[in-house]
Amino acid sequence: MNDGSTGGASATIAARAYAVWVEDRPGVLNRVTSLFRRRGFNIESLSVGRARAPGVSRMTIVVLCDANTSRRLVEQLSRLVNVLRCDELTGTPSIRHELAMFKVSAAPEERTQVIQLATATGARIVDVALESVVVEATASPGRIDGLAEVLRPYGILEQVRTGLVSMARSAASVMTEPAPRQLPRRVTSAAEPDDGTGSV
Amino acid sequence: MNSAATRTGAQILWESLLEEGVRTVFGYPGGAILPAYDALLDYPIRHVLVRHEQGATHMADGFARATGEVGVAVATSGPGATNMVTGIATAMLDSSPILCVTGQVGSRLIGTDAFQETDVTGVTLPITKHNYLVTEVEDIAPALHEAMYVARSGRPGPVLVDITKDAQQASTDGRWDRADVDLPGYRPHPDPPAAELRRAARLVNEARRPVILAGHGILISGAMAAVRDLAERGQIPVAMTLLGIGSLPADHPLNMGMMGMHGESWVNRAIQEADLLLAFGMRFDDRVTGRLATYAPKARKVHIDIDPAEFNKNVRVDVALAGDLDAVLARLGPLVAARDRSPWLGRIAGFRGENAVRDIQHLPDSGRLYAAHVIHDIWRITEGRAIVTTDVGQHQMWEAQYYRHNAPRSLITSGGLGTMGFALPAGIGAKVARPDDEVWVIAGDGGFQMTMCELATIAQERLKLNIAIINNGYLGMVRQWQEFFYDRRYAGTPLLSPDFAALARAFGLGGEVVTRRDQVDDAVQRARADERTVVLEFQVEQEDTVYPMVPTGARLQDMIRRPKPEAAPVGAK
Repeated sequence: MNDGSTGGASATIAARAYAVWVEDRPGVLNRVTSLFRRRGFNIESLSVGRARAPGVSRMTIVVLCDANTSRRLVEQLSRLVNVLRCDELTGTPSIRHELAMFKVSAAPEERTQVIQLATATGARIVDVALESVVVEATASPGRIDGLAEVLRPYGILEQVRTGLVSMARSAASVMTEPAPRQLPRRVTSAAEPDDGTGSV
Repeated sequence: MNSAATRTGAQILWESLLEEGVRTVFGYPGGAILPAYDALLDYPIRHVLVRHEQGATHMADGFARATGEVGVAVATSGPGATNMVTGIATAMLDSSPILCVTGQVGSRLIGTDAFQETDVTGVTLPITKHNYLVTEVEDIAPALHEAMYVARSGRPGPVLVDITKDAQQASTDGRWDRADVDLPGYRPHPDPPAAELRRAARLVNEARRPVILAGHGILISGAMAAVRDLAERGQIPVAMTLLGIGSLPADHPLNMGMMGMHGESWVNRAIQEADLLLAFGMRFDDRVTGRLATYAPKARKVHIDIDPAEFNKNVRVDVALAGDLDAVLARLGPLVAARDRSPWLGRIAGFRGENAVRDIQHLPDSGRLYAAHVIHDIWRITEGRAIVTTDVGQHQMWEAQYYRHNAPRSLITSGGLGTMGFALPAGIGAKVARPDDEVWVIAGDGGFQMTMCELATIAQERLKLNIAIINNGYLGMVRQWQEFFYDRRYAGTPLLSPDFAALARAFGLGGEVVTRRDQVDDAVQRARADERTVVLEFQVEQEDTVYPMVPTGARLQDMIRRPKPEAAPVGAK
């Protein structure tokens, strides 16, 4: 028996991660984000890149929602014609990493300190200038938050974070990638400019 | 001139549609679709020239709902395409398979704000099942075959294919067959696991007070016989959604009638008292549930739908079976035991009780004309055999209550989107699709004026329809809400209309005004006998109200019921 409404026990809101394989075609990213907007799902982060199979992109999307919303989200995403597959990663043991770069104010007298701090936390120095250094780290979002805390007193001039990318651990499962469609041979014409950014 | 093997994009367009079985399109030409129109003359495809592109989409929709086949609408770029938006959204909300083909400016001009350029795939993205921007001639055939497949398969819906002018003009000797459609991400036909089917069957067999909720999915899937068998074997009463009307004959003893906001009170009471709801191809719209927290509180719920995204969206269900309804019922049916549920059926008959005497049909003829009378009389005279199309509003609800549909696909109405102006073009589409059937367009005075330009389409195509305008001088349903919830402050609802009969005559059609009930029979008979389309304007009671009514947010059992008739004592026939 239930209360007839869609609330209830599973209403705990949490950050949930999804692996989404999509066809690498024009407008697909727009279709995915449009769905989130229209159905009122809130994206925490989204990252896209090429998957193993040619013609397929893989997205990692993090959404704050409850379990029932999560189930609907997976069904709604799966309904899109260009979405090949959508898995929630939340329950699966998985590696969740984010890449971050911080441009930290570091006058010559502070520089050694900043570099030591960064390397001690597993981050790398990827650029050194007179008054600043760029620290790069790949780690879980929590550890990156920690790194930012440590660097903040020196002055973070600029920062960029990619958002989460995630992959299930080998022991958990090997996700068989969905196969792309066998496209008929297609002649490209000069009329369609290729901006080199990929078509998603 | 092209060699035999080389074809232009425009030719490929029509050849692909012919290959898909398309013989009729509804459209309106313009600059960016001109190459396609030029080629159209060489193909055996009937083109119905509409007067507004919204009309083309509603006609394609009416065509689709009358037949189950994909209806096709054609328009040019920019304003031609944006005029289609309402029709596309209407088809989307009611899962109707239509294909919209639009011209687009040349591919080199895309993004330059060229004349009549609009990002139509962007505009229609959230209101189509899928859409395509085609910029190269080689992609026209694959896009069209995929579009037709996506539109008609699974949960049907509108698909738009936007083709640039240069792609229509370019030539290719490439061939592309519809058998080549390969959509690895599209899984339109799920199949529920056997264990879930057994769980559903156990719930049905244990239930003492089950109710079937019959939705549009029954008609789309063609599951009428399966639903009827299941209902009869289990002696399970059936409640209809608005779009489910016709999925079980209205005169079937187990058919209780329509549920929801303007459903009959005994239907809603049965749902509220039920211990099991069997939701077949319906989506628990807010217009059928009333307040969700108090909806069918005693009932377990089994939901069968082809679209798993509908499960647990509004109402939590105990068993969800994703699949084509007819195929699922073919597996579920044998697991359901025959039962005698006469105590439950008797209880529902008790709910019905004294409701019938409140019905307007039992009021004595006071000389006043009520919309319910008009629709009841049209039903009686057409012997319930007509295809009826309606807009949204009071007349739509009266149609659903008083025209008793026995045949599937005989009520074509805008349910989900509630589109005014739908009835007339949808009726044209239905008549083109089924020329041997009698078609009645029933519209209000408000909605009719939104698309009445399509009377010219009727005249040009020499189509025979029958049109009933229920004229109460108000935007009636809005007025009703103002009466109940806005202290009778009739803001923006009094409505001046033209002389509809004279207007019809101006288009070369027949027209007649009816003001008294004793005129209805003859007028309806004359309209039917006329070889032209006839517009009948019924001038009905102005402040008439659709009863019963569940106010938004109220419990289903808290209906505003029909007032007791003053003229007739309770118990009178």
